[in-house]
Amino acid sequence: MVIVGAGECGTRAAFALREAGYDGTIALVGSEAHPPYERPPLSKEAMTGEQAPSIKTIADAARLAEHRIDLRNSTTVLSIDRANRSVRLADGSDLAYDKLLLATGALPRKLPLQGMGGRSVCLRTFDDALLIRRHLRQGVRIAIVGGGFIGLELAASARKLGADVTVIEAQPRILMRGVPEEIAAVVHQAHVAEGVEIVCGDGIASMEDDGETVRIVLSSGRTVVADLAIVGIGAVPVTALAETAGLALNNGISVDARLRTSDPHVFAAGDCCSFPLAVYGDRRVRLEAWRSAQEHGALAARNMLGAEEAHATVPWFWSDQYGLTLQIAGLPDEGDRTIRRDLGDGAFILFHLKDDGRLVAASGIGPDNAVARDVRLAEMLIARSARPDLAALASTAVKLKSLLAA
Amino acid sequence: MSDWIEACAADDIDEEDVLRFDHAGRTFAIYRSPEDEFFATDGLCTHEQIHLSQGLVMGDIIECPKHNGRFNYKTGAARGAPVCVNLRTYPVKVDDGKVFIRMAD
Ligand SMILES: Cc1cc2nc3c(=O)[nH]c(=O)nc-3n(C[C@H](O)[C@H](O)[C@H](O)COP(=O)(O)OP(=O)(O)OC[C@H]3O[C@@H](n4cnc5c(N)ncnc54)[C@H](O)[C@@H]3O)c2cc1C
Ligand code: FES
Repeated sequence: MVIVGAGECGTRAAFALREAGYDGTIALVGSEAHPPYERPPLSKEAMTGEQAPSIKTIADAARLAEHRIDLRNSTTVLSIDRANRSVRLADGSDLAYDKLLLATGALPRKLPLQGMGGRSVCLRTFDDALLIRRHLRQGVRIAIVGGGFIGLELAASARKLGADVTVIEAQPRILMRGVPEEIAAVVHQAHVAEGVEIVCGDGIASMEDDGETVRIVLSSGRTVVADLAIVGIGAVPVTALAETAGLALNNGISVDARLRTSDPHVFAAGDCCSFPLAVYGDRRVRLEAWRSAQEHGALAARNMLGAEEAHATVPWFWSDQYGLTLQIAGLPDEGDRTIRRDLGDGAFILFHLKDDGRLVAASGIGPDNAVARDVRLAEMLIARSARPDLAALASTAVKLKSLLAA
Repeated sequence: MSDWIEACAADDIDEEDVLRFDHAGRTFAIYRSPEDEFFATDGLCTHEQIHLSQGLVMGDIIECPKHNGRFNYKTGAARGAPVCVNLRTYPVKVDDGKVFIRMAD
């Protein structure tokens, strides 16, 4: 078995192969120099410590060895020879496979502009995080282009370290994609209260980076000058390998519900692929979410061993900013109406329902993990296509767990 | 061997639920199983330092509220990514409607 990409998804797949009883060889090939590590802390805890960021490893050398996983880090796969079932590595050697998993992830979307230089950066890898952290200190001017999750988490972390932060979002509000307005408004308020300036509805006309400062001219004519500009405008799936090998693409590497590509010996999983989501009538989606990357890895591994198991879980996502945690189960844009449940301390959950009463998503925000339990219970209700009683959803007098039993 | 410490009243915890108990600078999680038995573990997840008491109890599983890592709270065994380090467990007894736990040193 060969796995390309030693990120969250590829690494989970390698362990899941062993958990499923597979005894043969497993090669886990990854471009990055580090052992497999978690990305979510890179915009959160890793940034706010006094010291340089520390890496949060998924599996160290001892655990990999114990499971006989052959990690080839600092190694890029150049091409796939599907006829001979082998991959070509950057050092010119070939690696044969019975089944191949592409877990190549995604990379930050680039601004379609000239003028990016040493002071305009993106965040995806630990090395990116190290570079950004070096600039964060009291009074440094940080411009964040894009009011999505990574940009906002970085804004919160940079504020914590005393930086002056301006967030520039082209859309009329932050978190336009996938987050209900009521929840985005709470996040917006939190940033404003912490002293972050958020500019919405203004695009970037030009950006000039002379290696010391970045001058960003907005569509409105306003100029923002920063010591560091961080661009967080989404991510694009890494598909070049699959494309050159002639595999079908469709907003990422296109796979079926079993995570199989157009070649039955090749699977794809995690941020790099789009797949049909059974809970929404096989709507094709590409997710960029950590738990999903793990679930995909485990599912792909079982199917590489012939399980023929279809993807059945509900998407789930979280984000941390200041003391707030936001969690979303399902895709809120599937809903026609919402019901709000207030949990106290400012925490609340929105349940997103179809007109026919079916629960399709739940999104919540609050201090610490105040919303976690109810969002998780909602996720189970969504998976069952439940049509819960609306009054029960709105009232904390009714435990959500009791709805599951119904 | 340290003494039994009174943690809470049995009625403070619903069946299939969990309660946080802090004592002597440490934090614990006390569980009441669907079979009406009581158990105790360390209060913090082994992935990040997150209080498990805000998590969800299902059968003999406690699920961490932060990233859904799972443990069997009866044995402490880690039961699902991203957690791979087991939780420590502690003896529990119920006496006269009160729950006691015995801490290891
Ligand atoms: C800063 C940040 C914060 C995040 N926070 C959250 C969060 O709070 N909540 C959440 O749910 N999700 C979060 N995510 C998203 C989550 O981290 C991703 O969904 C997850 O990492 C996807 O895993 P993956 O394995 O599919 O891809 P990746 O983690 O991107 O791994 C892919 C790996 O493949 C390697 N690779 C690519 N091509 C090749 C090749 N040809 N040869 C060899 N190796 C190759 C890459 O170098 C990379 O290491 C965050 C992401 C980032 C960047
Ligand atoms: S903190 Fe518990 S699973 Fe991550």
